[in-house]
Amino acid sequence: MNSLLVAAAGLVALLDFRLLGGSRLVPIIRAAALQGALLALVSVALRAREVELGFAALALGSAVIKGYLLPALLLRALRQVEIRREVEPLVGYNLSLLIGAAGLGLSALLGARIAANAATSTPLLVSVALFTMWTGLFLIVARRKAVTQVLGYLVFENGIYGFGVAVAGESPLLVEMGVLLDLLVAVFVMGIIIFHIQRDFSHIDVDRLALLRDVDEPAPPGEAP
Amino acid sequence: MELALALLLAPLLAGIVRRTKAILAGRTGPPLLQAYRDLRKLLARRSVYSRTTTWVFRAAPFASLAAVAGALALTPCGLLPAPIAFPGDLLLLVYLLALARFATALAALDTGSAFAGMGASREMAFGVLAELALLLALASLVRTTGAWSLSEMAGQLPEGAWGASAGSLVLLAAALLGILLVENARIPFDDPATHLELTMIHEAMVLDHGGPELAAIEGGAMLKLWLFASLLATVIAPIQTGAPWLDVGAHLGAVALVGVAVGLIESGMARLPLLRVPQMLLAMALLALLSMALAPGGGIAP
Repeated sequence: MNSLLVAAAGLVALLDFRLLGGSRLVPIIRAAALQGALLALVSVALRAREVELGFAALALGSAVIKGYLLPALLLRALRQVEIRREVEPLVGYNLSLLIGAAGLGLSALLGARIAANAATSTPLLVSVALFTMWTGLFLIVARRKAVTQVLGYLVFENGIYGFGVAVAGESPLLVEMGVLLDLLVAVFVMGIIIFHIQRDFSHIDVDRLALLRDVDEPAPPGEAP
Repeated sequence: MELALALLLAPLLAGIVRRTKAILAGRTGPPLLQAYRDLRKLLARRSVYSRTTTWVFRAAPFASLAAVAGALALTPCGLLPAPIAFPGDLLLLVYLLALARFATALAALDTGSAFAGMGASREMAFGVLAELALLLALASLVRTTGAWSLSEMAGQLPEGAWGASAGSLVLLAAALLGILLVENARIPFDDPATHLELTMIHEAMVLDHGGPELAAIEGGAMLKLWLFASLLATVIAPIQTGAPWLDVGAHLGAVALVGVAVGLIESGMARLPLLRVPQMLLAMALLALLSMALAPGGGIAP
């Protein structure tokens, strides 16, 4: 049981590195989805002793939403906008991986301290969840495309979910469910917004959205820098 | 005894890798003992020296061979302790391997050939990253076993390490396999059989060597392959039966299996683009780091 949990935590951390170092959009969306589903299953496995039907159903529901529904929405948005399937990072892949390694060390230190104070049975999961949050934030900041920012948001939420599972095992499920629905709507809306950005600007590069431009005005010759 | 065993059997391991590749490619391949014959043939030959080379070119291959043999003296053969063992010998192992690499690169630079120099610069650049991964992997072993010398570690491993920290050891084995492939200039990092100078890394360095010097370099490469295969075999198959001979036999079997696995990987994969190699090496280092973080040394932090 415990070694299974360690393996799951290790897999989540490995997926974080995959997200940091991956250069193609579709595989890293899949990686984020797998991570979310894995964390939902971990939350069930953690309470294998006194599992209730309602809890199991909710956890499985969240596994389905995170593992299937959200990536399907993102992939659909990706199909609609017809962009290059590359990540286009602001910070290079190798540097991203190194920053990830630093993040892992930092979250190990922080996680151990938090786990010592909060009565948790899984100090490892606390550290891995903190690392996942770090990864999510980093993806939001250091990647160029709007899609990757939505993805970073998803990974960040994965981290929060893992943290909640590890620290507050009896966290109110209703809140968790509410967050999940928020997330679903958010990704849905963001998919639409990405589509509109693409239609108006013919790219979804957020770095180049700095210039305000009126709709009636003709576009300046050449794309704004 | 263990050292003699390694010295005797290392060319056989190289033969196993070659044979596996040949069979998978549909050829019969060279006999398993071909590597011994190659070495004998090279030893019988006369060396030819370019006029631009100095004594460095002549001495370096043997220095490199001696350094690798010294590193081998620190490596336990399965559960049998190594001839030399003291706390912290893992650092000496890493530095001896670095010394061997340094000597080969020095000889390559001494020839003044552009290809050799290019090979040397690439080998050193990748070597730095591989060294990081190797150090992290060994540190992870230290954390798992709580021992500071390689022989002690090997002794600690059978006691339920795989039950207690399977996740960590799987990652560690993956990292060690990657380090084995890059340190021995194997596909996907480098192609030992290539004959196009522009794409070579390790082979480009030794273009100008011949005769006994080349034999020393080839022998050193075989010993290095044996060293890493033995380390990996110790981690993945720490079998303890009680009878020392049976243990050694199991270990040798595991080493041979590693050889077959290397042959399989070489046949199944294409070479990575040169620019992707550092990223893969970094990934190896991260695998080792993660395995260290997962090792049950009292939670995840010190």
